[in-house]
Amino acid sequence: MRRIINYPPARGQKLILGILPFLAILMIYLMASEARLAVNPGDKLIPGFASFYAAMERLMAQPDRSSGQYLFWWDTYLSLWRLCVGLGISALLGCVLGILIGFIPHLRAMFEPVLAALSLVPPLAVLPILFIIFGLGEVSKIVLIVFGVAPFLIRDVVLRVESLPREQIIKAQTLGGSTWQMMTHVVLPQVMPNLINSVRLSLGATWLFVIAAEAITAEGGLGYRIFLVRRYLAMDVILPYVAWITLLAFLMDYGLRRLNTRAFPWAALKES
Amino acid sequence: MTAIKIDKVWKEYGDTVVLENVSLELPDHEFLVIIGPSGVGKTTLLRLLLSQETPTRGEILIDGKPIASEPTADRGVVFQRYSVFPHKTVLGNVMLGPQWAQAPLLGRLFGRKHRALKDRALALLDRVGLGAAADKYPQQLSGGMQQRLAIAQALIMEPKVLLLDEPFGALDPGTRKAMHVLVRELWEEHAMTIVMVTHDLAEAFALGTRVIAVDRPRRDPQAPGRYGATITSDFEAKCRIVRESERFEAARAKARQDHGQSGASPPAAAMVHPFPLKAGAA
Repeated sequence: MRRIINYPPARGQKLILGILPFLAILMIYLMASEARLAVNPGDKLIPGFASFYAAMERLMAQPDRSSGQYLFWWDTYLSLWRLCVGLGISALLGCVLGILIGFIPHLRAMFEPVLAALSLVPPLAVLPILFIIFGLGEVSKIVLIVFGVAPFLIRDVVLRVESLPREQIIKAQTLGGSTWQMMTHVVLPQVMPNLINSVRLSLGATWLFVIAAEAITAEGGLGYRIFLVRRYLAMDVILPYVAWITLLAFLMDYGLRRLNTRAFPWAALKES
Repeated sequence: MTAIKIDKVWKEYGDTVVLENVSLELPDHEFLVIIGPSGVGKTTLLRLLLSQETPTRGEILIDGKPIASEPTADRGVVFQRYSVFPHKTVLGNVMLGPQWAQAPLLGRLFGRKHRALKDRALALLDRVGLGAAADKYPQQLSGGMQQRLAIAQALIMEPKVLLLDEPFGALDPGTRKAMHVLVRELWEEHAMTIVMVTHDLAEAFALGTRVIAVDRPRRDPQAPGRYGATITSDFEAKCRIVRESERFEAARAKARQDHGQSGASPPAAAMVHPFPLKAGAA
């Protein structure tokens, strides 16, 4: 009898074990739904798959009567647009400002404290201020995401730049590199894989900001729809929307991970 | 011609004296090895030569001019680790310096210039035995190969002085031997000045033409930082006159061999001393 830590699962076992919890959740849900619907066929709290299908068919394939849009796809487009623009601007800021602040000592001395302070301000607490300044349109939502994610990304890049071996920077100088050349050819490429990983980590926070902003005021969007139909206890819409948001987040995470291994093959070597 | 002069250099950190009154004159084409116990200031001395740090007092001159106050392309360096860029291929690492020099904004060459540089880099990689690994990343190389790469990367800039900071410290004995041979050959070929820091005495005397020991001649038990280290011994490991006569003999032997093959009388030009001795030249 070996210790339990010395029993690694085989490949097939691993797959089955991984799927098992998902199946368990599904089973429990179906059983609960069945039990409730048996008592009250009009129950809205735990709808069956037939109601999901009906609701989604309505939102995906039939145009909305007032706006003429296919609501599901329209919501998805609006939310993804906000998310990508917000996250894109944040990543760009993180990359440019992070490298400048991390690499140039005077800029670091000047901006590191203010960044530390800014990153501790709860973004949702300043959302009213953003609404007052930028109005209720798209700008305030994008600014909320940037305000919430960019300081984290900038600080992360600064730390990464600081952790580059001093020897490398000295060597680059003995090869005649200027500050600009070292930033573009030594620092930037080595920071990128890490930045993409940080963007992956901040996907969760970004979705939170998107949905929070949409919940308060918007004309469409996944978060907007969820909070709108909440008034009618429309679980048949909310649950598929949540699953869809999760799937989108997963796909983005997976895409970024693939991008990292494709674009920076050397970064994977380092870990081995 | 590269002559280094260290003129009464002191290095202090606050109250702690690390180096005190270090003076040294190094003529052209020497292989200087700095030895000494750990933590005594060998590497500090090398960092001063590199301008990674600046002396508190005194100055360092190369060819009579004070060295720049920051690391520049006239002094190449190889550290024990982290001397190569992990995100560039072997070829990319070697081509980096010249590309920077010729393309200040993009740092990248195109067309004919790129091809010319690539040929030069590949020739240099062949010379250090990395021709087959040109497309690999440094992480895929062994420790010895990474150090070969670091040397090639520094050499392509044709520095006046090559500084080596315990470059073979992390290598196994066999690899280390091979590296010694390579470094000695490169030193002869490029006729440059090398300054190396090591704590391996055998290595120091195998490689160096001049070996200096750095240590603290005085110690105050109550104030360990009161006195710094200085050059305590200075050995001429390989006499210049012996080296030059060896080279002369080699050239003469080669000339005699060529003569034997052609069967003609010895050409007068071959008998002229290729590296005139100081006394003879004056």
